[in-house]
Amino acid sequence: MEKNRMPMANTPTTVLNKDKMSVFKEQDVVPFRNRVKEYATKIGMGLVNQTKLITAASELVRNMLRYAEGGDTLIEVISKGRENGIRLTFADKGPGIANIEQAMKDGFSTGKSLGLGLPGTKRLVSEFDIKSIVGKGTTVTVVKWKNG
Amino acid sequence: MEKIPILRMGQFLLVTIQIDLYDRLALNLEADLVQMVSKTGARGVLIDISVVSIVDSFMGRIIGNIANMSKIMDAETVVVGMQPAVAITLIELGLPLTGVHTALDVERGMELLRKKILVDGEEQDADGEYAYDSAE
Repeated sequence: MEKNRMPMANTPTTVLNKDKMSVFKEQDVVPFRNRVKEYATKIGMGLVNQTKLITAASELVRNMLRYAEGGDTLIEVISKGRENGIRLTFADKGPGIANIEQAMKDGFSTGKSLGLGLPGTKRLVSEFDIKSIVGKGTTVTVVKWKNG
Repeated sequence: MEKIPILRMGQFLLVTIQIDLYDRLALNLEADLVQMVSKTGARGVLIDISVVSIVDSFMGRIIGNIANMSKIMDAETVVVGMQPAVAITLIELGLPLTGVHTALDVERGMELLRKKILVDGEEQDADGEYAYDSAE
């Protein structure tokens, strides 16, 4: 059983369900979190993983509101091999991040926050990807596997 | 506008957060609580988060702020009832809630507050609450 954990890299990922939601004001954060929770519950994700995923989603959505005045989110139920999971995409048209390496360090922040957002969020999810073009925007994609 | 009620009980203020907080509500709670501490001269603040399912870095910061602000106003803050999944998530996120006292439930939280107040201000001995000191 344990041997099968790594070779997932070559297994194709299929999208079972997707849902779009725009977040442009702070009142959208709670409904967005509830939507993520709904999907996580639907695939039978455990409470601890659910809490981690929703907290990560909350951090990323707040980043989008703080630095880019909001953006679009995509919630997808995905499957890879025998594992099911949730993939969240956060795309904004904000100022972008000039130095991603620095932004991923604990304690770094250009805003008035603790600077835990990105590195902390990365620790809460199974997969984390960030792409950013200065002046164009930032896209963050995270995956949380049901048992990951 | 929704508002989180703050109840006064003797020298304590009690707050039960029963809904998922959005930013404005959390910031209002922070301001209201500090004002209540000043107005009532409360010595302790107890915040029950047993039904809160998500504490992100923003919420964590608000809780920390409340504790630190109350501290300078001479009141102790204790957060009670944190769900295990929330505790796990907070630590992985890197937010250990430094400076915030925590207790498992309301009862233990109240006991902790009473003890704290007794330790720093001897003037409270008169009403027999001193018993808590020898009990441990």
